[in-house]
Amino acid sequence: MPTLFSFTPEEILETIRMVQVENLDIRTITLGISLRDCATGSLKETCRRVYDKITRRAEKLVAVGEEVATAYGIPIVNKRIAVTPIAQVGEPSGESDLTPLARTLDRAAQEVGVNFIGGFSALVHKGFTKGDRAIFNSLPEALATTERVCASVNVATTRAGMNMDAIAELGQLIKKTAQLTADRGGIGCAKLVTFCNAPEDNPFMAGAFHGPGEPECVLNVGISGPGVVLAAVRQHPEADLGKLATIIKNTAFKVTRMGELVGREVSARLGVPFGIVDLSLAPTNALGDSVAEILEAIGLERCGAHGTTAALALLNDAVKKGGAMASSYVGGLSGAFIPVSEDNGMIRAVESGALSLEKLEAMTAVCSVGLDMFAVPGDTPAEVIAAIIADEAAIGMINNKTTAVRVIPVPGKKPGDMVEFGGLLGRAPVMRVNNFSPAAMIRRGGRIPAPVQALGN
Amino acid sequence: MTVADGRAIITVLGQDRVGILAGITAVLAAANVNILDISQTILQEFFTMIMVVDLKGSNLDFFDLQKQLKARGEELGVQVTMQQAEVFKFMHRI
Repeated sequence: MPTLFSFTPEEILETIRMVQVENLDIRTITLGISLRDCATGSLKETCRRVYDKITRRAEKLVAVGEEVATAYGIPIVNKRIAVTPIAQVGEPSGESDLTPLARTLDRAAQEVGVNFIGGFSALVHKGFTKGDRAIFNSLPEALATTERVCASVNVATTRAGMNMDAIAELGQLIKKTAQLTADRGGIGCAKLVTFCNAPEDNPFMAGAFHGPGEPECVLNVGISGPGVVLAAVRQHPEADLGKLATIIKNTAFKVTRMGELVGREVSARLGVPFGIVDLSLAPTNALGDSVAEILEAIGLERCGAHGTTAALALLNDAVKKGGAMASSYVGGLSGAFIPVSEDNGMIRAVESGALSLEKLEAMTAVCSVGLDMFAVPGDTPAEVIAAIIADEAAIGMINNKTTAVRVIPVPGKKPGDMVEFGGLLGRAPVMRVNNFSPAAMIRRGGRIPAPVQALGN
Repeated sequence: MTVADGRAIITVLGQDRVGILAGITAVLAAANVNILDISQTILQEFFTMIMVVDLKGSNLDFFDLQKQLKARGEELGVQVTMQQAEVFKFMHRI
C-alpha cells in the first residue's frame, strides 16, 4: 500500500470511520464574552448593552463554525456562548430581580443562532453580594420563562469550604423551578447546575460561564467521542487493563487533536484568542455514543455493577492522559461525563436496577463532573435535594476536583416512571431517593470550613 | 475559502462499478484541480479510493467543488468526501 504523503490510506479511512460510523464530532465551540463593561446603574441600559455586545461579538460564530466543520469534514454539533456571571453584571443596577437580563440573554442567543447561552450565574461559596442575592431571587422565573439561558451557582470550593445556607436555599429554588415548568417535566431544572470548584473556562452547558480571570473574549472547545472509545474497547476483548488504558489513550489523543485543530481554526477566523480544549467524553442518545456502554465493554454486565467505579477511574484517567498530550491548553471539566438522561446505557442501567443514586454518587468521585441530569420523584423534600447537593460538593471539596449536581425533581412522577425532555436533554427514569430526613442538619445552615490541605491521607 | 497549503484529501467509498474513477476525475479536470496521488483498493469489502489533490489552480472555491463531487458521487452511487489535508496530519501526527 503506498503512503500518500505523510499518512497511510488506513489512517485516512480510520478518520473517516470515526466520523461517519462512530459519531466523532466536536461537541461544542463556546465563545466566552466578558460583559463587565456592560454593567450600569440602570437595568434597562445594562440590558441594551448586553444585547448589543453579545450580538456583535458572536455575530459570525455559527457561520464560521459551519464553514470549518465543512472544510474539515468534522461536525461541530453545538455553537454556544458563555458570559460573565450575571450577578456581577446586574449588581450595579441595584435591582433585586434580574429576570429581564435573563430574557435579554435569551433574545441575544436567538438572534445569533446559538442553542444555549450560559452565565446566569453567581459565585457564592463564601457568601452573598447584592447581585448574588438578586440571581437567587430571579432563578426560578428566569429558568421558566427563557428557553436558551443556562444558570449555575458555585456553592463550595476546596479553599473556601461549603456555603450551606446557599445549598439549603437551592433545594427550595430547584423545587420551585420544577413546579414552574411542571408541564414540561420540570425542564427548568435541567438548565441549572450547582458546582463545587466551578471551572472558569468550561465550554459545556449548562454549567458554562465566562470566569473573572478570563480575557475579553475567548474560544473554548468541548470534544466528544464516547462512540470512538467504545469501538476501540470492543475491538480488544482480550487486552488486559493496562493495555486497554493505552488503547483508550491513543483514541483520546486522536479525538482531542480534532478539537485542537478546529479550535485553533475557528478562533483564528473569528479573531479571538483560543482558550482551551475540554477533554470530556460527552455522551448523547445516539446509538453507541454512550459512556456506560464503554464501562460495560470493559467487562461489566451492566453499568452500576460492583467494579463500575474502578472501570470509570481507568477510563477517565486514560482519556486525560491521551488528551493532555494532544492539546497545548487543556481546561474546563476534562473527564468522562455520566449524565443519566443523555446516555442510553445509563438509562438502561437505572431501569434494570443495576444503577442506584448511591452508586452514581460513588462514580462521581473518580470522574467529571458529578450527579448530572438525573430525575427524582417530584415530592422529594427540598432538604433532601439540598443534602444531595451537599454530599456531592463535599466529594469535590475534599478531593480537590470539580463536582456538580443537575437534579430534576419531576412533578407528579414516582420512582420507575419515565420523563421525556426531548432533544439533547434526552429522557430520564425517575430514581429512588433515600428519604430518611437530613432536615435538621440542613436547617443548621452556616458554612462547612475548608478542609486541611496537608496530612493528605 | 482559502486553503492553507492547497491540499485536500478526497475519499470515495461504495460498491465497485465501471466509471467511478472517470466520473470523479472529470469533475476535477473541469475545475482545473491537479491530482497528486491516488490509491485504489478493496478495504473491508468496500471499494475505496483515496486521492490527494492540489487546489491551488482550482477555478472553483472549496465548498462549490465539495458540492459538485458529492453530487457526482450520488449519481455514481458512491459516497464522496473532500476534506482539507490538515485534518489527517493533525489527527495522526504531532
